[in-house]
Amino acid sequence: MKSRLAIVLSGLTLAATQLALAQGGSLTVPKSVEAGSAFSIPSAGTGKATLYIIGPGQVLKRDVQLGQTTEFPAGTLYDAGRYLAVLAGGSSPETDGFDVVPAKSPATLSFLAKPSRLPVGLHNGITGAVYVFDAYHNLIVTPMPVSFELSTPAGTVQRTVGSHEGVAWTALDSTAHQGIDRFVARIGDVSTVRIVGQVPGDPCGLKMSARQDGQRLDLATEPVRDCSGNAVPDGTIVTFTETFHGGLSTVDVPIKRGIAEVQMPIYNGATISVASGVIMGNQIGWGK
Amino acid sequence: MLKPLLILCSVFAAASNYGAAQATVRVEPENLKGPRVLEDQTKTTVIRDYLQAWQGLHAALEQNRPDLLSADFVGTSKDKLADTIQQQAALGIHTRYQDVSHDLQIVFYSPEGLSVELTDKVEYDVQVLDHDKVTAAQRVSARYVVVMTPAEVRWRVRVFQAVPD
Repeated sequence: MKSRLAIVLSGLTLAATQLALAQGGSLTVPKSVEAGSAFSIPSAGTGKATLYIIGPGQVLKRDVQLGQTTEFPAGTLYDAGRYLAVLAGGSSPETDGFDVVPAKSPATLSFLAKPSRLPVGLHNGITGAVYVFDAYHNLIVTPMPVSFELSTPAGTVQRTVGSHEGVAWTALDSTAHQGIDRFVARIGDVSTVRIVGQVPGDPCGLKMSARQDGQRLDLATEPVRDCSGNAVPDGTIVTFTETFHGGLSTVDVPIKRGIAEVQMPIYNGATISVASGVIMGNQIGWGK
Repeated sequence: MLKPLLILCSVFAAASNYGAAQATVRVEPENLKGPRVLEDQTKTTVIRDYLQAWQGLHAALEQNRPDLLSADFVGTSKDKLADTIQQQAALGIHTRYQDVSHDLQIVFYSPEGLSVELTDKVEYDVQVLDHDKVTAAQRVSARYVVVMTPAEVRWRVRVFQAVPD
């Protein structure tokens, strides 16, 4: 509370002196300045003074000769925001506010793309959000068309979205084909790339066959594929379960070269089933 | 709708009151441009952390201590404010930023949940001290665009930028 009181009291004191100067109109600041561009602040009167440019993003201080124009070369003030210009000379400071606005041209795109890996055939499974920045890392809030492109082995999906408050987003379906895709966000010549890996989905239509080999059964699946026909990767676990006379035998087998195979003992009247995760395959009844 | 809004206002007024003068806080209903639903708990946390960031800003710029930014700011906004503190220190300047009122609206929650954007029509007092002598004091009205991202236990300000209204 003390700090608020101090600011208010000093504000009242300064306001009285500022009013006198304001009538003289010795400080003239531009309404807005584009980030990084040159600008100037003329002043009236005679004598020496100090000119402050104050903002959360930058602070400048110049000794000035009243009656002359203070030049700020390009690149001096580059952080977008609201600034206060203070001309302090003798006992009568004068203040005025102005905006530094982002440069018009985007220079970098901050691109949040998720996920980096996902199953094929997922509706709105790939999302991307883009924040648009100028060369000084100021957020460009002027609406701009942002192009999103997902390049897959099967072709390219492109969508253009207008930015709002400096951000644009999209959601795209993953395709039916596994592979490494390029997800690109672009405005004009400025682009950012993210890599999205599309992997096969869960096994689909899991099917095995059985063949007797002496006192054992050779069980083997057909090539394991997802519902889009992509081969499920080697190493994926397939579970064979044999139930017999109240007994149960379970074997987990990784897929090798596209199929899973195992030997299990023969029991007359046994039922053998196959599954991968929560995906059930076919069942085989053996003997009776 | 009014009741939750009033509750939020009370919570945030209390939050912003922490350690400093009280700023009035108004929270507009969100106007989300993204597909992700913003849960009330997330909204409350984001706004609480944003208001606390003003306290961090106040302390860091007044004391010219960039280390005080780390709790509330990250990335570009932290770097820019740290640069300002360096400039202030080199010039023998201190600034006091005291927020007076906030009118907040959340405008974007990114699909993957990794960023929230809000706007704030804020009024604050700025006091400029050159070698501990008060040079100017001014009340400023500005519209801020703020992007926050989640850190370990809180949201931090990644973009903090006033834009013309």
